[in-house]
Amino acid sequence: MGAEVVIEGLTKSFGNQAIWRDVTLSLPPGEVSVMLGPSGTGKSVFLKSMIGLLKPDRGSCVVNGVDIVTCSEAKLYETRKLFGVLFQDGALFGSMDLYDNVAFPLREHTKKSETEIKRIVLEKLELTGLQGAEHKLPGEISGGMRKRAGLARALVLDPEIILCDEPDSGLDPVRTAYLSQLLIDLNAQIDATILIVTHNINLARTVPDNLGMLFRKELVMFGPREVLLTSDEPVVEQFLNGRRIGPIGMSEEKDAAQMAAEQAHVDAGHHDGSGAEDLRGVVPQIEPTPGLPERQGARRRKDRVMQILHTLPEAAREGIIDSLTDAERARYNVRSHRRPPAASFRGSLHETQEIARLPRQDWRGASGR
Amino acid sequence: MTPGAAKQADFPGAGALRETGRLCALGLDVLVSIFRRPFQTREFIQQCWFIASVTILPTALVAIPFGAVIALQLGTLIVQLGAQSFTGAASVLAIIQQAAPLVTALLVAGAGGSAICADIGSRTIREEIDAMAVLGVSPVQRLIVPRVLAAMLVAVLLNGLVSVVGVMGGYFFTVVLQGGTPGAYLSSFSALAQLPDLWVSELKALVFGFIAGVVAAYRGLHPKGGPKGVGDAVNQAVVITFLLLFFVNFVLTAVYLQAVPAKGS
Repeated sequence: MGAEVVIEGLTKSFGNQAIWRDVTLSLPPGEVSVMLGPSGTGKSVFLKSMIGLLKPDRGSCVVNGVDIVTCSEAKLYETRKLFGVLFQDGALFGSMDLYDNVAFPLREHTKKSETEIKRIVLEKLELTGLQGAEHKLPGEISGGMRKRAGLARALVLDPEIILCDEPDSGLDPVRTAYLSQLLIDLNAQIDATILIVTHNINLARTVPDNLGMLFRKELVMFGPREVLLTSDEPVVEQFLNGRRIGPIGMSEEKDAAQMAAEQAHVDAGHHDGSGAEDLRGVVPQIEPTPGLPERQGARRRKDRVMQILHTLPEAAREGIIDSLTDAERARYNVRSHRRPPAASFRGSLHETQEIARLPRQDWRGASGR
Repeated sequence: MTPGAAKQADFPGAGALRETGRLCALGLDVLVSIFRRPFQTREFIQQCWFIASVTILPTALVAIPFGAVIALQLGTLIVQLGAQSFTGAASVLAIIQQAAPLVTALLVAGAGGSAICADIGSRTIREEIDAMAVLGVSPVQRLIVPRVLAAMLVAVLLNGLVSVVGVMGGYFFTVVLQGGTPGAYLSSFSALAQLPDLWVSELKALVFGFIAGVVAAYRGLHPKGGPKGVGDAVNQAVVITFLLLFFVNFVLTAVYLQAVPAKGS
């Protein structure tokens, strides 16, 4: 089973500029989580802080009982072996070809023979659709291929925790769908804890078990996917639908005057940039490819979520119950009460202390700081 | 102001002190990592070969005129003082103690160090260094230590080369161009120079090689702001190394002259 990552009160700033404050969340073992957020909200910084590449100002990030923030260098390198990290553009070693890149962790950390290394490397390259390209240099292949090679390298040590920094950027929608499927299949096979940082809405709706969002230097929420997907938070609504109307501006903050001006444009019939329909609402999650084992993480999550069901907002509760099969509904003894669609529901997130609480109630008023 | 920012001291010169501290920390890290297994033999040999290949020819070419200049300068001076028979001794002393380690270090820093800095710098901005650290491999041990050791070894070997070439150049210019006597030149070799001079020369080369490697690696690991930062970092690495080299050379020379009495005194 994958390792659990418990993050508490993590705060990071560069000089006087705060990146995010008091991020508290835990990645449940073996589950897939997605962190959303507009560009420039420090999602990549968050990932780098999680693996000790950047030092947060405060807070802790505990993996397997080791606090990444304060532990010794030797311990840090030891703990990092549990991680597989996919960087934004793959971060391949430019002087080695793809084969050597993928073989690098095996050669550094294991005593496997070259034939065994070859078998594993070719298997991972095939998994990511790179067979035949193993003797190309990173400079000779496309960005999408580099990304997939980076993933192959991240997977080669069978990590317990997989962190993906925007796996979809630079990939077309079809390859992104394959990649999403690949991540879910991996989760089913090795039961790794996965955190994906992205702003791809489709991936966020269909892949994760848990969904979080960073905005305005705070973690807006983090919890079961249904909570965020049915949320009425203006930020979440705006982000999921990709429209200009809402608190997110071109640069991160948006003031009241600009909001009013934009609203006036929309009222006058100007298009607000979003699609025709509201993209919120719970859509079915991707399943592992038929023939693979059931995802243990998904099963554990179901039990966990059903335990805290009564604490979740109503729309999320309905979404969860609707997604269950009849047998499961009988097992957990719940019934569906179909309510009006989510649009008319006002969120009541402050009641969801356990898994989807607002880290700070006053974050919306925080623009002045 | 966040508490994190408040912790950093903020007075004039604090930035320079911080950089110096980090540089020293990297130097210590390198020293400790040298003894950590597994040693990267392959990388070390590759780097030795690389640094040697970019420095040998320029070093030899610089050493000849350097030896010549010393020979000419000393030659005229010594003739005026009436001590022709010591021309050889003086030029050997000057070349081995001062000229050889400095020429070596300038070339190791200028040719080898700049290449190391550019290489590490471009790896840093491509996130390769981060990726390596995340894969549980210490970049200091894997990349920096072999480079620093290679710079040290090549500096020591080049120092020998410069000494020989420089002395030969001095001989040529004294004997052939200034009409000095070959026998006097050769026989005065050991009149002033002594064996510890050679040791301290090699020690200097070793220390200079270390400084050149560590400074280059440090600037390469911390470029500011993307590809342009790498160019700036290379530039700074060379300048910082030169400044440090002359300062350290001054300190080492002062200590040596105090610690080892001159021959015949």
